[in-house]
Amino acid sequence: MKEIIKIENLSKFFELHNLGKYIKACQNISFTLHEGEFIGITGKSGSGKSTILKCIYRTYLPKGGCIWYRSKLYGVINLAKASDRQIIHLRKKEIGYVSQFLNVMPRTTAREIVQKAVLDIGYDIDYAKEEAENMLSHFELDQELWDTYPNTFSGGEKLRLNIASAMVKKPRLLLLDEPTASLDNESKKLVKVLLEKLKAKGTSMIGIFHDLEFMEGVCDREFNMKTGNFTV
Amino acid sequence: MYDKEQPILTIKNLRKQFGKGCTICRDLDDKNIQKNFCPVCQTVYACRDVSFELYPAEILGVVGESGSGKSTLMKCLYFDQDVTSGEAYIQGYKNSNANIFTETSQQKKYIRNHLFGMVYQNPYLGLRMNFSSVGNIAEKLIGAGSRNVGFMTGRAQELLGNVNIPIYRMKEAPKNFSGGMQQRVQIAKALSNNPPILLLDEVTTGLDLSVQANVLDLIKKIQRDLKISMLVVSHDLSVIRILADRTIVMLNGKIIEQGLTDQILEDPQHPYTQQLVHSLL
Repeated sequence: MKEIIKIENLSKFFELHNLGKYIKACQNISFTLHEGEFIGITGKSGSGKSTILKCIYRTYLPKGGCIWYRSKLYGVINLAKASDRQIIHLRKKEIGYVSQFLNVMPRTTAREIVQKAVLDIGYDIDYAKEEAENMLSHFELDQELWDTYPNTFSGGEKLRLNIASAMVKKPRLLLLDEPTASLDNESKKLVKVLLEKLKAKGTSMIGIFHDLEFMEGVCDREFNMKTGNFTV
Repeated sequence: MYDKEQPILTIKNLRKQFGKGCTICRDLDDKNIQKNFCPVCQTVYACRDVSFELYPAEILGVVGESGSGKSTLMKCLYFDQDVTSGEAYIQGYKNSNANIFTETSQQKKYIRNHLFGMVYQNPYLGLRMNFSSVGNIAEKLIGAGSRNVGFMTGRAQELLGNVNIPIYRMKEAPKNFSGGMQQRVQIAKALSNNPPILLLDEVTTGLDLSVQANVLDLIKKIQRDLKISMLVVSHDLSVIRILADRTIVMLNGKIIEQGLTDQILEDPQHPYTQQLVHSLL
């Protein structure tokens, strides 16, 4: 299998100028993710798990190291140094990010949120509508909610919408930042089934889960932040 | 129509100063001027070597404190003020290699009427308050060479309808409108010639929250439907978070940081940007 992500000595620290403080978030992280593989990252709170995902998604600017990504758009590219424009294109077309929080444009309906993700890739509105409806049904989001604003949704509904808008793009790489943290077991099972389906279609994933045992059967390898090594 | 991978607007080293400068402030390195004002000769350095690129269909946010040069930048681009020095190029205009700042006033008028739309913070700057709303839009169309009354009326009604001005109020003068309606008429006027670039200067400042939301939704809709490139100036980070793909941060006339909007908000690098982000209520 080809490598899709190769992280070499990734380091990130925050320099808080106004407080005169230096906070180390993660240091010398190295690992490789292959195409179609699912890596789970484990470690205690504050160990830098989310920082790694945010550095890959470039919400954080890495301070050291390289994040080599084999993209369809640009070939092999270092995400740590890629231009803002390249990152915007990759986010729209290849890399998805799901957190436990739904962060969307206010006053936008669930249907519009999922549709927008398809439109961003460049498809026409008819295809976007069809795909959005398929995805919302697939995630068992009550049809009555499709044309309402998500601020009235329950935690589980928000999360399913969040994952739907990330998955509808059929990303090559999906970053999952504790997406099941606030979910009941039934909702977690639903997420697991969907992740299995995505994986079967070839999406590579890096995920952070508090209860990684729940992801048994989906997760291929586990990267431990404390040891800096993998357990299979 | 436009090459999406090439900037639609390129700004290089734009400088704008009010005053001639003196030996003290002129000889100083820009980094050494803590404020953009010389206490000896009273010169204000409003924009100092501002360089950036705006891409087709992109919304670029510009944030910074009051007096950081955001509005001056917009006024320079719209030729309301002459730049002291600098270059600006528009994709497709004279093979993309004509510096618009050094063009003749006739050409500047053409650029203003065909390539830029401008929405000011103060509607009194962008609208003729005693003309009807339709008349305001017709004025812009006449400036661009239109002479057909039927076409102009139809176009004005279409645009005003798109920004939710009721048909029975279209012939009313904007002086009778609320702040939010005036901003919407300004937006309609700015869009009348289908400009590829829209300049929005603090368009939601001073409006109450629900009206702000309407204006922001409208801007987002315009961008989605018409794929216009927008330069959005605001000191409100929430507005920038909602609208902008990338963001520029200005301080004392200089760009101190630029990047992806979520990166600027979650991982700001410059001390001032950190202070700004941490000031969010």
